[in-house]
Amino acid sequence: MKVRAQIAMVLNLDKCIGCHTCSVTCKQVWTSREGVEYAWFNNVETKPGIGYPKDWENQERWKGGWRRKRSGKLEPKIGGRLRVLAKIFANPDMPEIDDYYEPFTFDYQHLHTAGESKAMPTARPVSLITGQRMEKIEWGPNWEEILGTEFSKRSRDRNFEAVQKDIYGQFENTFMMYLPRLCEHCLNPACVAACPSGSIYKREEDGIVLVDQDKCRGWRMCVSACPYKKIYYNWQSGKAEKCTFCFPRIEAGEPTICSETCVGRIRYLGVMLYDADRIEAAASVENEQHLYRSQLDIFLDPTDPAVIAQARADGVPEAWLEAARRSPVYKMAIEWGVAFPLHPEYRTLPMVWYVPPLSPVQSAHEAGHVGWDEATGLPDVASLRIPVRYLANLLTAGTEAPVVLALQRMMAMRMYMRARTVENRLDAGVLERVGLSAEAVEEMYKVMALADYEDRFVIPSTHREYAENAFDLKSACGFSFGNGCSTSGSVGANLFSTKRISAGHQAPRVPIRRVPARSEAAAARPTAPAAARPARQAEEV
Amino acid sequence: MSDYLHTLAFGIYPYIAVAVFLLGSLVRFEREQYSWKSGSSQLLRRRQLRIGSYLFHIGILFLLVGHTVGLLTPKAVYEVFLTAPQKQMLAIVAGGIAGTMCFVGLTMLLHRRLFDARIRATSSFADIGILGLLWVQLVLGLATIPFSLGHRDGAVMVQLSHWAQDIVTFQAGAAAHLVGVEWVFKAHIFLGITLFVVFPFSRLVHIWSAPIGYAFRPYQLVRRRGARTA
Repeated sequence: MKVRAQIAMVLNLDKCIGCHTCSVTCKQVWTSREGVEYAWFNNVETKPGIGYPKDWENQERWKGGWRRKRSGKLEPKIGGRLRVLAKIFANPDMPEIDDYYEPFTFDYQHLHTAGESKAMPTARPVSLITGQRMEKIEWGPNWEEILGTEFSKRSRDRNFEAVQKDIYGQFENTFMMYLPRLCEHCLNPACVAACPSGSIYKREEDGIVLVDQDKCRGWRMCVSACPYKKIYYNWQSGKAEKCTFCFPRIEAGEPTICSETCVGRIRYLGVMLYDADRIEAAASVENEQHLYRSQLDIFLDPTDPAVIAQARADGVPEAWLEAARRSPVYKMAIEWGVAFPLHPEYRTLPMVWYVPPLSPVQSAHEAGHVGWDEATGLPDVASLRIPVRYLANLLTAGTEAPVVLALQRMMAMRMYMRARTVENRLDAGVLERVGLSAEAVEEMYKVMALADYEDRFVIPSTHREYAENAFDLKSACGFSFGNGCSTSGSVGANLFSTKRISAGHQAPRVPIRRVPARSEAAAARPTAPAAARPARQAEEV
Repeated sequence: MSDYLHTLAFGIYPYIAVAVFLLGSLVRFEREQYSWKSGSSQLLRRRQLRIGSYLFHIGILFLLVGHTVGLLTPKAVYEVFLTAPQKQMLAIVAGGIAGTMCFVGLTMLLHRRLFDARIRATSSFADIGILGLLWVQLVLGLATIPFSLGHRDGAVMVQLSHWAQDIVTFQAGAAAHLVGVEWVFKAHIFLGITLFVVFPFSRLVHIWSAPIGYAFRPYQLVRRRGARTA
C-alpha cells in the first residue's frame, strides 16, 4: 500500500442552474488571452447534446482514454508509444478549431464610426484569428444551451446508447440537465501517458495534473488522448494548456475559482486518500461496468488506523489526514454513494465526481404520471423525467443500480426532512428502505442541501514540507510566463522571433482588418481607421 | 577578391554557422524555453497538413541522413561496397525520390501557410521565412541532379565529400575542394550553411527535441514538489 492524497471535486448536478458563472470566472482568470480564446477550462453543457468540442464523448472518433489490450494491459486509445511517435507529424485524431468554435468578437468600432445611414449600423462578427469578418457564426461554446439546435442533431449524444431516444424528441417528453465540465485530474491520466516530451505530470502531494509550459513542445498528442477534451492547444504560444485546478488558490487553502463563485453552491472540494499501488489494477478490470466499483475500492478510509499509519510513513502531512476525515467528497462518494465519476469507461479514474440530478417528480406525480415504488415507499425512479439509463451511461458505464440507489437516497432525504420540518414527525421507515441512518441523513442535509462554505470546501493549505524555501525566493521575479526572470518580452523585440506574452504585458489584439469594398464612407472620413488605433496604443504601453 | 570571398564562404563561414547553431540553441534553450516548440498549426487548419507534413518530414529526414552519411563516409570505407560512380547513382536515385517527396510536401505546406487566411494571420516572419528558405534549398538540391548526370564519374561528388570531411576535421584549405565546382552546388552548400545560422532563431529548434525518449518511458509521470526542475 502506498498512500497518496488528492484534492478531488464533486458537483451536485441536482442543484446546477446552468448560470455559467463558473465558466466566466474561470475564463476571466485563466484564458482571456490570445491563443486560448476558444478554450474553456470550465464549460457548462446542456445535456442531451453533443457538447464542446463537438461529439467529445465519441471515442471511436477522437480516440481518448485508454484501451484494454487482450493481455489485460492498458495502452492509450490513440496507440502505444511507437504509434504515438508515428503520428507526430500530423495527429489524425485531433479536433480542428471549428470543432470547438472559431473565436470571434464584434466590430464595435463601426457603431462609433459609421456614417449617417437609413438603417441602424450593426456590429458584425470578426474572427479573432484572422481579423476578418465572419459572415455567419455557425457554432459556439454553448450552442446547445437549454436544448438549442434540433433534436436530430442533439440526439447524437452518446449517452443515448441503449435508450429509446425517439420519444425524447417530443415536447411532452423532453428532458435536460446541465453538465459543468473541467479537467478531471485523473488518477490514471491518459494525457500524461501520451505526452511525447514528458511535460505533463501529476503532482504527488495533491494530485493536480499540470503542463510544464517550458517542457511542452506542442506535439498535440495530449489533446487527442484526453477523453474529456480538456487539454487545449494554444495556437499563439504553441503549447498545451489545461485547467490548473487553480493550484495557487488550492495551495493557499482556498477553493478553485469555479467553486468559489458557484452561486448554486453545487461544488465541493475535499481530500481523498488512495492506494497508488492499485491504480493500474483498478483501471484495467475487464468489464467496463466494474470500473466505478474498482475505483471506489482504491480509496482508503481516512479513519482506519492502518491507513493513517501508512499515510504518515508515506509523508502525508497531519493537516491533510485531518482534512481527509472531514472530506465532503469522501462522504458523498463513499459513505452515501451519491456521487459518481464521469464516464469511468474511459479508464482514466477521474477525480471530479457528479451527483446525478433528480428530475421533476412532485408536479408530475400529482398529475398521476409518476409510478409509486411499493418496496421503497418512494416515487419510482424509473418514471423520472430524465431516463436512468441516460444518467448511468454518463456516470457508471451503464450500470443502473448505483444511480437508482443514489436518486432514491436523495429523494428519501427530502421526504425525511419534509416530514420532520413540515409534519413534525420522524419517518424512519423511508430511510431504512434506502439504507441510511438518521444521523447520515442529517449530515447529508447539512452538506448537500444547506451546503455551507465550510462544509463544501475542506482544503488544507499547502504544507511546510511541500513549500519552497521562502527565503530563497525573496527578491525573485514572481509570476512570469515560463521564462524565469527574462524580461525580453517586455521590450517588444525578441531575438528568437516569437510574439511574447508575459505578466502585465498582453500581446496586442489582432486589429480588425476592414474589407476594402465597404470603405467608401470610410475614405470620406479621415478618422475611419480608428479600429486599428487602440491596439497600437496598447502596444506602446 | 573572389578567392577571398570563396574562402570566407566555404572555409570560414561553416565554422561561424556551427558556432551560432550550437551557442544559439543553447542560449535559447536556457533563456527562452517557453518559445521552444514545434509550432504546429494543425488546430487551425487540418486541410493539406496531413499529407504535406508527412511527405515533407519523411523526405527531409531521409535527406538529412543521406547527406550526413553520404558526405562524411570516407572513400576508403565505401569503396569496399561501391565504386564512386555507383555511389553517385545511388545518391541521385535515392536522393531524387526523397527530394521529390519532400518537395511536394513542402510546396503544400508553403501554399497552406501563404494562402490559408488563418495560417497566414498567425504566422511569424520566421515561420514563413524558414519555409521559404527550405523550399529554395530543396529546389537547388533537386537542380543539382541534372548537373550530376552530366558527370557520372563521381569526381565532383568526391570533391564535395572531401570538402565536408575537411571541414569537420578542421583541415586548413577545405574551401579549395570547391574551386571549379558548378554554381548550383556552391549555392546549395552556401544556403545549407545558412540554414544552420537561422536554426536557433526559428522553429527548427524542435528538431533537437525529437522525443525519442518517449519510446522508453513509463506512461505515468508524478512529480514531487521539492524535486521539481526549476
